[in-house]
Amino acid sequence: MSTGSSDRGLLAGLRRPFEGPNTMGNSPAFWLGFVAAVALLAAAPVLFGQYAAATGAVFLAYALLGMSLCFIWGYCGILSFGQVAFFGIGGYTFGVVAINVASFSGPTLGLLAALLASTGFAAALGYFMFYGGVRDVYVTILTLVVTLVLYTFMGQTAGGEWAIGDARLGGFNGMSGVPDLGLGVGSTGLEIGIVAHYYVTLGALVATYLGLRALVNGRFGYAMVATREDETRTEMFGYNTTFIKLTVFTIGGAIAGLAGVLFTAQNNYIDPSVFGITAAALPVVWASVGGRTSLLGTVSAALTIQVVDYWLALSGSEWALVFIGVLLVVVVLLMPEGIAPRLRTMLVEYRSTPEPTDPPAAAEEVSD
Amino acid sequence: MAATELLGLGFEFVEIFAFIVLATVGLAVIFGMMGIINLAHGEFILVGAYATTFAVAAGVPLALAIALGVLATTAFGLVLERFIIRRLYGRLLDSMVVTWGISIVVIQLVRIVFGNSAPGIGIPFGEVSAVDAPTYYFVLAVIAVSVLAGLYALFMWTDFGVRARATMQDEATARSMGVDTERMYTATFGIGSALAGLTGALYAPVLTVTPEYGSTFLVEAFVTVVVGGSSVLVGTILASGFLGSVNAAVTNVAGTFMGQVAMLVAAIVAIRLMPDGITGLLEDVRQKWGESE
Repeated sequence: MSTGSSDRGLLAGLRRPFEGPNTMGNSPAFWLGFVAAVALLAAAPVLFGQYAAATGAVFLAYALLGMSLCFIWGYCGILSFGQVAFFGIGGYTFGVVAINVASFSGPTLGLLAALLASTGFAAALGYFMFYGGVRDVYVTILTLVVTLVLYTFMGQTAGGEWAIGDARLGGFNGMSGVPDLGLGVGSTGLEIGIVAHYYVTLGALVATYLGLRALVNGRFGYAMVATREDETRTEMFGYNTTFIKLTVFTIGGAIAGLAGVLFTAQNNYIDPSVFGITAAALPVVWASVGGRTSLLGTVSAALTIQVVDYWLALSGSEWALVFIGVLLVVVVLLMPEGIAPRLRTMLVEYRSTPEPTDPPAAAEEVSD
Repeated sequence: MAATELLGLGFEFVEIFAFIVLATVGLAVIFGMMGIINLAHGEFILVGAYATTFAVAAGVPLALAIALGVLATTAFGLVLERFIIRRLYGRLLDSMVVTWGISIVVIQLVRIVFGNSAPGIGIPFGEVSAVDAPTYYFVLAVIAVSVLAGLYALFMWTDFGVRARATMQDEATARSMGVDTERMYTATFGIGSALAGLTGALYAPVLTVTPEYGSTFLVEAFVTVVVGGSSVLVGTILASGFLGSVNAAVTNVAGTFMGQVAMLVAAIVAIRLMPDGITGLLEDVRQKWGESE
């Protein structure tokens, strides 16, 4: 066992904010595996070239979307079927602004506007729901309905009158010509090409992961989990659970919006299918299969499922959706917790026997 | 002139009301009575529509084909209940996730097996000239009301209804009184499936039957169940009436699309004002009255 590094003050100090009872994987071995996995993901464009980077960036954006749902559902008990609503709003806002504002200011402003729009929309919807006393399953259905309203609405924007400046919303044909991501003002700035975009997305994913880990293991995270476990009781202890839920929901919306921007800038295109029923189901599928109380489990599930789905689609198979649906049903029936928490339990049981084991991260991580 | 317009508005309402009621009842029975959110509700409807369509294409008369559609969906629902749904009682959110998985699988399987379209059926019975619309829409409205009345009679007046309601209210007590609660769940789920199948079959001549057929009904069904609240019949009737009126009024002025959007917005506002639906509000009012007396 290579647990020697836990004695070193610096490394242990670095890890401390990210560790706690609310996340799995608090051992040095886990972090070793985590670094290895990130290094492997970072090496992917070098190993497989630009095309792999382009498709890979989309999967990473999906993983970010999945993580946003895992955060609010797994840690605060709010099942939103509408994460794609924020994803799509982020994407569309980025597209509209970036198309209209030329040069580097466009994508930069687009990114800011998109984050503002998705965060604001999530905050407004959350305020409306949580302060209105909408609970549990009704939250789920309401978020679903909002998503479907957006789907219906964006679907009928095909006409020429549905244009914001130079950006034509385009109905079911979608909005094309969205520029790449870029950072800067006017003509001075940083152009973010395909490979760079991959790294930006990976960086956003890793940073969000670490940020959420720190958050859920901090005081606020404890309050979140308490709200999930027993809302009435948490309120009796003096916590404002309504505000906690609103904050969590808003953060989730912001992350989903960022994922939408990364997705749209990569594809240079977005259409209303991001609000569709199948799209809305995907984050729920990832979180359920990977394990909704495990951020990394959800990320792994999102990457694996989307990669498999992509291969199945590439090979011309129509069975990708059947595979996803069956997987979902089987996992929820047999392992209601999801795969990652299940693996952890198995590992813990295995560990309690004297034999040393593989690093846990190896089992949770997905190398693609 | 005004009379014609009023007639048109009235017809609009009848058509939309029937659609909402029929889209909702199956879902409402399963949700209200069993606490299972069936996200595959649209696909239950889809099964009914396909069975009917192919029966008609094979030369079976429409009425019999509709009956076959109902039977097929009931069988489909009972099989699912036996192997999957049964494990999800009391797990509300899991039930949503799993039924969503079922929905994805069914849609894709239907697409793989039958392709992207099914043979069409003509609308029977001709037209009513006063409103320039098929008579069939009025038949649908009559059926919608009969279904509600039938459900009321079934759950309020029969022995089965008493047992079913007892099971839903307090399973342990019902079981100790000798009710076979498992059979009650199975039967209720079967009834919900049958109603979904009936809807699919009835609308098979009206709407184009494709693998996405079920999603046409899904939004209305969910919105109505949520606005209606937990009491199945009262909730469905009141919510359908309310949403149908909003939809019909706006459709009449600004077209079908705006009608639907207005209905959805009305639903969102209604849920905000009445988190437990219309029946929840009624319950509150009743309790307050009880206290003041």
